Amino acid sequence: METFKLMLKIIMTSVLVNNYVLSKFLGICPFLGVSKKLDQASGMGVAVIFVMLLATAVTWPIQTYLLDPNGMGYLQTIVFILVIAALVQFVEIVLKKYIPSLHSSLGVYLPLITTNCAVLGVTINNITDGYNFFESMVSSLGCGLGFLLAMVIFAGVRERMEESEPPKAFRGIPITLAAASIVSLAFYGFGGIVTSLFGE
Amino acid sequence: MSPILLAIIVVTLIGLLCGAVLAVASHFMSVPLNETEVKVRECLPGANCGACGFTGCDGYAHALAETPGTKTNLCVPGADAVAKKIADVLGVESEDVIEQVAFVRCSGDCFNQKRRHEYEGIESCRAAQMLYGGEGMCSFGCLGFGDCAKACPQDAICIENSIAHVDTRKCIGCGLCAKTCPNHVIELFPDIRRVVVACSNHEKGAAVRQKCSGGCIACGLCVRNCEQGAISLVNNLASIDYDKCVSCGVCESKCPVHAIKLADFSGSHRF
Repeated sequence: METFKLMLKIIMTSVLVNNYVLSKFLGICPFLGVSKKLDQASGMGVAVIFVMLLATAVTWPIQTYLLDPNGMGYLQTIVFILVIAALVQFVEIVLKKYIPSLHSSLGVYLPLITTNCAVLGVTINNITDGYNFFESMVSSLGCGLGFLLAMVIFAGVRERMEESEPPKAFRGIPITLAAASIVSLAFYGFGGIVTSLFGE
Repeated sequence: MSPILLAIIVVTLIGLLCGAVLAVASHFMSVPLNETEVKVRECLPGANCGACGFTGCDGYAHALAETPGTKTNLCVPGADAVAKKIADVLGVESEDVIEQVAFVRCSGDCFNQKRRHEYEGIESCRAAQMLYGGEGMCSFGCLGFGDCAKACPQDAICIENSIAHVDTRKCIGCGLCAKTCPNHVIELFPDIRRVVVACSNHEKGAAVRQKCSGGCIACGLCVRNCEQGAISLVNNLASIDYDKCVSCGVCESKCPVHAIKLADFSGSHRF
């Protein structure tokens, strides 16, 4: 029961309160770039969940068993970037060979995620938050779900914006950024929900 | 060993390791690509319009490479040049493509057509059509909310005086607009034609006159004056038999409501 409660707490925190896109402003590039259509946005979101889980599964052991014992914690950033990039490329090759259907549905988005800062952010935050391996995986899942949620909500907002006619100076990126900030404000309302639900 | 040197060595080792794994993986797990498919795909324009009837250019290239006997002249936007290239790659005889352009068969702009009501709902032809067939009196004509313009991959359609106009110089003849239009006002013509009937109303003359001053009233002047006998009245609408039409333009000058238009409908292929 305690484990389940902990899981729920971590997931709630990372989906609603510390949403990577809307509260930490990581992964803004795909958030603005691929959110024009709902199906693309959800495809990207699923691919990000997949990569975040994989990346955490690989980087957590590297940090704990390779870098920390040898006093090389300062190499964290560069090693993580290197490993995640190689991992995504590797997964793409494997998927293409063995699961072509999954490759064709994730395919376009996988290379885009290679250097996504949200993925790097999740892996590094898992370490700084002091999570163990299991907690890290749960946290990555939650962050991925939060990313998916933000993408899907914002795709809906953007589809609505396509229909409307903003003033000329606001068209395109400016109105998109303004809308993103409003969605982000809405998520600000979730602050404190986890503490009130689960206690400190 | 100095920490800097150690850091460099560690990162280099990890990098080399990752590189080696990737190299091995790409060697052993490479998927052989169909070379013909890649070559055919390079020939296609990449507009993914679906005029060929396949799911975009990739789908068409796949079908061409894998299914023998797939026609090489299905790419309307690419026209003869693409058909010839594909035929060269596949080693079959090239077939001629009939280039097409879209034309809006309606003259009911805001000057000609009377309005029945003011529509203030969603800016979409499909939605407007559901409310008593749109704003205009004529239920056959262009609704003017630009669903076709949104569907057009080439931005070739604009709404002027509340009906759609196709810029034939930009039109690639994919037919997406014709599929989108809820009233089926847009028709694809082979772009060698010069005379078109710009009206789709099948009602009797008197009824048309009450609604729109630009609509075909089925008076038959064009039928009587056509020296080739190419025009006939089908369901109260002039219809041109293009096998007989020589694009002389007599019908255009005789038409009392100017519903027959004479113009250069050369599509983007000729520029």
